[in-house]
Parts: sequence; C-alpha cells; structure tokens
Amino acid sequence: MSTAPSTEAPGTPAPTATAVAPRRSGGGGGLGRYIVVRFLLIIPTIFILVTTVFVVMRATGDPITAALGGRLTPDQLQQRIHEAGYDRPILVQYVEYLGDLLHGDFGTTLSDNRPVTEVLTTFGTATLELAVYALIVAFLVGIPFGLLAASRRDRLPDAVLRVFAILCYATPVFFAGLLLKLVFSVSLGWFPVAGRASTGTEIELQTLDNPSGFYLIDAFRTGDPDAVGDVLMHAVLPAVALGLLTAGVFLRLVRTNVIGTLSTGYVTAARSRGVREGRLLRKHAWRPALIPIITVIGLQVALLLSGAVLTETTFEWKGLGFQLAHYLQARDFVAVQGIVVLIAVVVALTNFVVDVIAALIDPRVRY
Amino acid sequence: MSDTTLAPALPPRPSLWSRLPVVSHLRQSVGLQRFMLVAGLVITGIFLVVAVLAPVLAPYGYSQLRTETAAFGAQQAPSGDHWLGTTVGGYDVLSRVIWGAQTAALVIVVAIVASIFLGILIGLVSGYFGGWIDRVLVVVCDAIYAFPSLLLAILAAIVISGGKSSLWGGILAAALSITVVFIPQYFRVIRAEVVRIKTEAYIDAARVIGSPHRRIMVRHVLRNSTRTLPLIVTLNASEAILTLAGLGFLGFGIEPTAAAEWGYDLNKAIADVSSGIWWTALFPGLAIVLAVLGITLVGESLNDLADPRLRSRRASKQVAGDVASTSVAVQGNVVVDVTDPGAPVADPVRDVDEREGRA
Repeated sequence: MSTAPSTEAPGTPAPTATAVAPRRSGGGGGLGRYIVVRFLLIIPTIFILVTTVFVVMRATGDPITAALGGRLTPDQLQQRIHEAGYDRPILVQYVEYLGDLLHGDFGTTLSDNRPVTEVLTTFGTATLELAVYALIVAFLVGIPFGLLAASRRDRLPDAVLRVFAILCYATPVFFAGLLLKLVFSVSLGWFPVAGRASTGTEIELQTLDNPSGFYLIDAFRTGDPDAVGDVLMHAVLPAVALGLLTAGVFLRLVRTNVIGTLSTGYVTAARSRGVREGRLLRKHAWRPALIPIITVIGLQVALLLSGAVLTETTFEWKGLGFQLAHYLQARDFVAVQGIVVLIAVVVALTNFVVDVIAALIDPRVRY
Repeated sequence: MSDTTLAPALPPRPSLWSRLPVVSHLRQSVGLQRFMLVAGLVITGIFLVVAVLAPVLAPYGYSQLRTETAAFGAQQAPSGDHWLGTTVGGYDVLSRVIWGAQTAALVIVVAIVASIFLGILIGLVSGYFGGWIDRVLVVVCDAIYAFPSLLLAILAAIVISGGKSSLWGGILAAALSITVVFIPQYFRVIRAEVVRIKTEAYIDAARVIGSPHRRIMVRHVLRNSTRTLPLIVTLNASEAILTLAGLGFLGFGIEPTAAAEWGYDLNKAIADVSSGIWWTALFPGLAIVLAVLGITLVGESLNDLADPRLRSRRASKQVAGDVASTSVAVQGNVVVDVTDPGAPVADPVRDVDEREGRA
C-alpha cells in the first residue's frame, strides 16, 4: 500500500488543464462516470499541495544551507549547492522537481544520504500499521458508545459520554501517550515502554525473506506465538492513545446522526406501530446514521496522520512521523518535503476512495 | 423577559447585552446543556485570568533557575518550595504552567484575529465577485483544508521563523502558522454565506439604487454572514492550543528562555516519564487538557444550541429523541409539563424565539 501513492504521484502535473473540463460537464451520469470525474479532481488537489510544499520549502532558502549551514565553510557550501543544482532559477528547479516526482524520485536525504523513496517505503508501513490499529480502537469505542449516548439522550450516560468525547478531543495525543506510559508501563509494568517490538523479535522478523514491514503479519509468518504476542503488546498503548483521539470524534458523530435519524418520519412511523425503542435503534435508526461517518473518515485520516506524527515521537514507534520529527530536528528539508508530499497524496487518495464508497452506498451523492 | 415579546407583530428589539452571542446562548440553554456551557465558561474564565495575572500568580519567572541563595536543582519532586517540582532543565514546573497560559492565550488571540481578518476578506471578495478567482480559491482552500493541520503548521513555522525564536517572534510565528491552517475554514464558511446572501432581493435593491460594491459587501453581505463565527472561533481557539502544543512538542516551539510553552515542556518530559518522574509531564499536560476542555465545552454548547435537532428543550427529557417540532409547540410543551410537575414551566416566548431562529 505504501508504495502505491508514489506511483500515483506521477499523474500530478500534466493533466491540470484537462481536469477542469470534466467537472464542468459533470451533470448526471452513472457511477463509473462519477468515479472518473472524482479521480480527475484529485489531480489538481495533489498538484496544488505539491506546489505549495515546494514553494514553502524553497522560500526559506536552499536546503543545503539549512541543513549544513554552520558545519561547512562558505566555499564548501557554495560547491555543494552548485553540485545539487540549487543555484539555478527556481522555475527550472520546480519543473525538474515535478519531473522527478513523475518518475517516483523524491530526492536524497541530506542528513543521512538515503533515497527518500526508501525512507518512505521502510517507515510508511509502520505508520500504516499504527493507523489501522488506531482506527480499530476508534470504531470499537466510538460507535457503541455513540449509540448508547444517543439512546440515553440527555440522561446520565449521555452526559458522561459527551464529557468523555470532549476529553478525548481535548487531550493532546502525546499527553495521552505519556499518561498511558506512566500508568501502564512504568507503574504497573503491563506493557513495554516504547518501540514496535523487543530487540529479539525485531531480529527474528528480519530473518524472514521478503518481510512486509507490517510487524503483525510478519510475526504471524514466523509462526512464533511469542513474537505475535510481543508485537501486539507493543501496539496496545500507541493504538489506544491515537485511537481515543478519533474515538471521540466518532462518538459525537454517531450520537448526532442517530439522534437525527431517530426523529425522521419512518422511525416515528415505526414507533407508532409499537416497535420498541431498543429495536428502533437496532433495526431502523443506526444504519443510515453511519453513512455520514464514512464521509468523515476521509478528514479523520488527516487528523490521524497528524496524530501519528506525535504518537510515534512519544512511543519511539519508528514510522514516518518519528522520521519526520527526526528530519525536522536535523533541518533536512529534502526529506521533510518527501514525507509531506507522500502524506498529501495519501490524504487525497483516501478522500477519493471514501467518496466512491459513499457514492456506492448512497446514490444521492453522485453528481 | 417582558410579556410584550409575545405580541405577534414586531416585538421590541432585545437589548444589545442579551443579543451578544454567548449571553443569548446562555439564556436559551437548559439543563445539561446549560451546565456544560457554564462549566466551559468558568474554566475558560479561569484560564484567561491565569493568563493575564501570570506575573502575579507565578512564584518564579518562567526562565528562572535559581533563587538568590541557591539553584532550584533539576527534577526535584514537588515540595514546599516548588509545589509541582522542577523540570529536567531546572525550571519550576508551577511557574512554567502558569506562564504557559499567557503564551497560549497570546497565540490564540493573534491567530484568531489574523485568520478571521484574512479569511473573511478572502471569503467575502471571492464569494461576492465569483468568477475564476473564486474557483481557484475554492480549489486551493479545499486542498489545504484536507491536509493534516499540524504538518501545515510545521511548514508555515519553517518559513516564518526557521523553527526557533524569541518571545514575540515565537508567538507570532506560532500564531501565523496556525492562521494558515484556519484561513480555509473561515473562507469556506463566509463564502458559503456570501453566495447565499448575494442572491437576496435586498442586495439587488441596494445595487439598483447605486450603492457601491464596497458598501454592499460590508453593510449588507458581511453583517448578515457572520452568524456562525462565534462557534468557529471557539472551536478554533481550542484547536490553536493543541496545534501550538504539537508544534512545541516537535521542537518548533518557543525557546524556554523566551517564554513558557506547555508542548515544549512535555517534549522534555518524555525521558522523565520512562524513569518514573511524573510531575514534569502531568501538570503541563493537564493545563492543556483543561484549557482545551473549557473552550471546547463552550463551543460544543454553542453548536448544539445552534442546531435545532440537538438543542434540548425543557420538554425533551420526556420524549427522548422526538424533537420534531409541531406547529403548536407551545401546546406540546404544556402537555409534557403536565406529565412532569417537577419540570420548569414551559416558556412560550422562548419557543417562539427559537422557531423564528432568533437565537
């Protein structure tokens, strides 16, 4: 999955002119047409983001001065800048950058001299794994509690759950992470303090040929139950810290939407036929209430990725966010640019997929 | 509330005080919602008081390392001299928590003023004139809106300050980084309202009598398109605190010698936590949670009160979920009040007000 975005990025610059045309003619039409139009729309989105990131990063000057400024003599600096081509006109650099992206080339990091693509594929899977765990936690907590809050509206469970939801939002993920660490790792000793796996397990996972980078999958492939347990134990606290952030959002959404559907005509009709409240909720009200949630997941991915950067730093989870913080400290803006562009592409693609799913479920969405 | 407001024709205009956003919401709220709103207002009030009075309240300066006689010492547990202990850098935790409120408040104010001003300006011009500029701005703002806000703030921080700076430099850099994140939100809201309002008959009328564009935009369009702003401002204020803390946590904050910043202190506390030192992480973190909680409670309440589906009526406890208002809402309330003698007497004026959207 993590390699997919880099093959999408090549579509970036060229077809911006064509992207406008289908939108103008986008009246009516079937699902296939909607998907095509919607897909073409992500091209200008990605293009704008790539351009914004490029302009922003270059506005501060060239990356080499930023990264190595104090450490080289001015002559050496000039030579490095010249070799890397940063002394050419900005437009030339921009066109070249877009061309490189088309070929899936994100450049080479300045601080440790690795291809950015390699950094992305190595650490992207770790972030993806964390995000999946967090989403699972968010669903498991957010949806049942949201239903409960809606069905007990304005009574004690509702009040408690709403405060809980606001607390989930109000607690920065890194503080939640530190608290969890303090209580469950340091005081109680139930979970490991940091990392994705113990050193022993890491070594065991690396002996696999062709590892997926997804530690849980790799651990299952080793067939060693201890490895699976170790990986899961390491994942619990980061997943809960990041998951609760999103869980609060889901809880509020489910609550609001279920309250909305509970007051629709067909629910009132069912109630007047004598259907019990519990059955109303289970059979009538909650499923339509989930549709808006699917569309919100797209925006949640952006929140989740922001949160992942902070969670990974708290738990030394060696993913993209951890690397991003590391490269930010090192002022390695080539690497930062690569990671940010990748995240932009992932967010744009997720929104596309989410919109298509929403259109599949609800025909009214298509335009 | 006088009985004259019951008159069907032109009720007297309520006083300016009772029309102010938060005040009118407070009067409109009942039960749990009123409790949440009041709790939020109290917490937010304490936060603001602490922010303003930080120099008086804090026992030491935010960058003070020693008294006249001796150094504080690093990582000291809470004691009589240092109620909340000292940090790994040897600062007093309580003082930095209190001073941090001031930094956070300053950042919120600067960020929100700047983003309201720019967002409204762009949204108004874009929505009012339309055309290709409008289309380009919409696409750009949508692209930015979908982007992880923290990363955007990081990019902005790199541009504005190169990462680190002094008190005002740092506050401005952090605030403007957050502004970049918020502008698309104000843009979207204001533009949507402007597009809706500009088709109204009174705009055409103003144009017919020859009002200049600027007058129509400010007097007729802008003044009618700001009703959702209090809600966004409160939600953004809490988001600003979180973004500031996130920036500080990633090392893009304000230097400890320039100002106290909660996120920076939490970053320095990561290593402490592993060795069981809890006070350096707990208190700055709690400060963030409380500040965000207070402001979010206010914002949430405003949101619920603005949405008729979510607004608790005095009656709704009895018929949970059924908020479909009938044309005879006054009667409906009376019926329910009969079933529950303990409930406060229904207030017909309030219901009329609500249905007419005069909240």
